[in-house]
Amino acid sequence: MRRALAWLILCLLPVLAFAQAIQPLPFRDRAEEVRFQRLSAELRCPMCQNETLADSNAPIAHDLRRQVFEMIQAGKSDDEIKTYLVDRYSQFVLYKPPVEPSTWLLWFGPAVLLAAGAVVVAIQVRRRARQVPASTPANDTEDDW
Amino acid sequence: MSRLLPLFAFLLLVGLFGFGIWWNTQHDQHEIVSPLIDKPAPAFSLPVLGEPARMVDKASLLGKPYFLNVFASWCIECVHEHPMLMTDVKQLGLPIVGFNYKDDPQAARAWLAEHGNPFDVIVADRDGRTGIDFGVYAAPETFLIDGRGVIRYKRIGPITPEVLDKEIRPALAALAKETP
Repeated sequence: MRRALAWLILCLLPVLAFAQAIQPLPFRDRAEEVRFQRLSAELRCPMCQNETLADSNAPIAHDLRRQVFEMIQAGKSDDEIKTYLVDRYSQFVLYKPPVEPSTWLLWFGPAVLLAAGAVVVAIQVRRRARQVPASTPANDTEDDW
Repeated sequence: MSRLLPLFAFLLLVGLFGFGIWWNTQHDQHEIVSPLIDKPAPAFSLPVLGEPARMVDKASLLGKPYFLNVFASWCIECVHEHPMLMTDVKQLGLPIVGFNYKDDPQAARAWLAEHGNPFDVIVADRDGRTGIDFGVYAAPETFLIDGRGVIRYKRIGPITPEVLDKEIRPALAALAKETP
């Protein structure tokens, strides 16, 4: 019996964490709540470097969540809310920065690297194909790597 | 030639990681460059700490450069920074406006009584809304605002002797040059 009780308490403990993390905001409807959750998951907490506004428990994240909520209530668009935050905290707050010259490296860098790798591989393959005629594949025992 | 290729690849990686380490020693990861530098400070109107009826706004501070120092009694780094404000920063001769950020007024006054008050005037931003306009995300932070109300410099984190000499004095020298 005591064992069962101990298990029950143990299982209920995580609920406490929830109780602490969630501050209920008075949303008008479900759509508004979904929008708020999506927006705050796209925005980055300035203080904690790698947490979203939705996840962070930092005081500034709490304040900015309140700000986002109030701007939603005031009928502002997502872009207006993002611009508001970027004007104050720079593009750092956007997890998905806009495509512009200063972020080209970020957006296209990986693709460029991939293409460069593909070119290197293609050159190697061609060169080896020329060195080793197709008729004598068995002689290719020497690996020059 | 192709035997050396792995070596080149390795050296390239060493160079890349080395640059990363060097970069991180030169830059504070927690510092977000404020987009407000060289832009007009946001308009604000806040009550004076301890005198809720008296308001201070941006317009009333125009005409002379001043420091705006974000502090709070709950802020641990502020205690370390405070002696600098009391002596070296004060000696620069500019007014220091205290920006009491998300603080309990009584706790703030007790804190100042204990550590000293270097401020010419202190405004209280209890709910942190004006702080958001200034892009404040932690304390301490210090702004240098010129006589026309433009933010010229921002320090995120405590003012150290090094920051004073390498950043604040040059910023002041630049200010002095343009206003004869």
